[in-house]
Amino acid sequence: MMTNLDLTEEQQAIRDTVRRYAREKIAPRAAELDASAEFPRETVKELAEMGIFGIGFPEDEGGMGGDTLSYILAVEELSRVDGSHGITLAAHCSLGVWPIYAFGTPEQKAKYMPKICAGEYLSSFGLTEPEAGSDAGGTRTTAVLDGDQWVINGSKQFITNATHAGVLVITARTDLEAKRSHGISAFLLETDAPGFSLGKKEDKLGLRASDTRALVFEDCRIPKDALLGEEGHGFPIFMKTLDGGRISIAALALGIGQGALDEAATYSMERKQFGRRICDFQMIQTYLADMHTELTAARHLTYHAARLKDAGRRHVIESAMAKYFASTAAMKATCLAIQIHGGYGYTKDYPVERYFRDAKLCEIGEGTSEIQRIVIARELLKMHAD
Amino acid sequence: MKIVVCMKPVPSSEARINIASDGRSIDPTDVEMVANPYDEYAVEEALRIKEARGEGEVIVLTVAAEAARSEIRKCLAMGVDRGVIVQDPALLGGDGIGTARVLAAVIRELEPELVLCGKLSIDVESDVVGIALAEYLDWPHVSLATKIEWPDGKMAKVQREIEGGAEIVEVSLPAVVTAEKGLNEPRYASLKGIMAAKRKPIEAVTPSVDAGQVGAAGAGVEIVAMNPPPARGGGKKFEGEIEEVVPQVVELLKSEAKIL
Repeated sequence: MMTNLDLTEEQQAIRDTVRRYAREKIAPRAAELDASAEFPRETVKELAEMGIFGIGFPEDEGGMGGDTLSYILAVEELSRVDGSHGITLAAHCSLGVWPIYAFGTPEQKAKYMPKICAGEYLSSFGLTEPEAGSDAGGTRTTAVLDGDQWVINGSKQFITNATHAGVLVITARTDLEAKRSHGISAFLLETDAPGFSLGKKEDKLGLRASDTRALVFEDCRIPKDALLGEEGHGFPIFMKTLDGGRISIAALALGIGQGALDEAATYSMERKQFGRRICDFQMIQTYLADMHTELTAARHLTYHAARLKDAGRRHVIESAMAKYFASTAAMKATCLAIQIHGGYGYTKDYPVERYFRDAKLCEIGEGTSEIQRIVIARELLKMHAD
Repeated sequence: MKIVVCMKPVPSSEARINIASDGRSIDPTDVEMVANPYDEYAVEEALRIKEARGEGEVIVLTVAAEAARSEIRKCLAMGVDRGVIVQDPALLGGDGIGTARVLAAVIRELEPELVLCGKLSIDVESDVVGIALAEYLDWPHVSLATKIEWPDGKMAKVQREIEGGAEIVEVSLPAVVTAEKGLNEPRYASLKGIMAAKRKPIEAVTPSVDAGQVGAAGAGVEIVAMNPPPARGGGKKFEGEIEEVVPQVVELLKSEAKIL
């Protein structure tokens, strides 16, 4: 079982509350939500009432006054029973609320923070485009100032929570002459803006109950003061946002992997072959030991990154390592969980195939595992150059 | 209305219990403690009474070691206003009767109108504290409550479980009511509640009681030894056609298991 890893009483209380809610209210519906790819409105509403969507933000901004680690624990516990709930929270807090909190003007914060922290509506970040995935600097969506309005044209791809969002952070090119990452700005887009529409809803391999859609901008007009941060400074805004977001995807992976291990351990003690419980076979024990060791290591990396963020310290390499390692560990753990279940694990009668499908996203979203290693290598080479 | 809820920290029902080296107690190492589930019903009911009236105070009272503050804090996170803890070693380690005496002494000082307890604690299940407490306070009690109503706001109309049905009892205040499963569904602590709990007071008190009647010194019950439950024997497996097997099973349920 998990040790307390030096969590404060408050962090433990938050983890325990979310764990209990997830087990009692979400777990029984997870398979059905996966099959129907239906967004879990009821449980999301109840989670909002608990205060979970503003968990890591200060009380005077409308948040709950918890820290990053408390939020990470909540993502982990939700993901342990259902990754779709985990990513809904992760995208909202890390990608939607955080950039507004970190880069918004006092007016922008006063307008949005209380509502998004209370979960009145969800939020997220629109960065990826059909032609700009890992190459986020290749953003093609444009924003042109026309009087006191920005006119936005283009599209975004794979945007979490978009259907249920009231406000989205998006990026668009404001300087058409500037090269690559220069000339990109960030904006706050209210989802009822004229010229904005939702594109197709993705039919995904996993995390099927989380909402993922394209965004379409056709002469979409938003007010001049909807600019987030300075004009042309969108690139550093989303890079910093992703540094935090990666910790939450690490927590998503960690939760999914732990959920798969929980299932596999239980199953191995029940299933009998050759007259013995399969957990008595050393080869099964090897699998369980590997899963537990790697997930524990992932947990340490993830919590460490969260603690650095809470301390206001640089956490670029730690976030990238946590995300890369936890995603890899989750992919392996979910794969082994199916192996331990044998033929049954390959069916929808057991949840491990869902965990396996859900885990894959962690190696792709918010920076692929390949990008994470580039970030890690760049940072470590910088350290060695100093 | 001022309501006191008595809460005992107990090992979680999922905790792995080991017997300590003295052979007479539970080894507390790495055992996850929780508020006794029946006491949680009592906490929830107290909060609902306060909320329905729009005024009042809910106090959670615990007789336990310092570590119990974390379970008290969880009750505060649910919405309880403050905690009171009796942690004097001389007052701990007794039996249910001793605990009831200590609780009564504290409750006399707190002067609530209503005391709510769980019907029993899931660790020792001695099922005496709430009722004995009412006796020491010389208050009426209603045990095993599954519903509490307030027709005129003053008298409590309590539904309690009895063999084969339910009994409705009206009781005047002050009174002690013990909670049975089904009384309510305890709320999840909101995250705001967890944050607010940090700022709520937990006061340690030492009531004046006759030292010979409480704690280990006053215990009438002595735990001689603790043993793990015996390992479950193997089951019986029936094989064959269903038409043949069922009568065999029925017969054995009658003759051997004697449950039919």
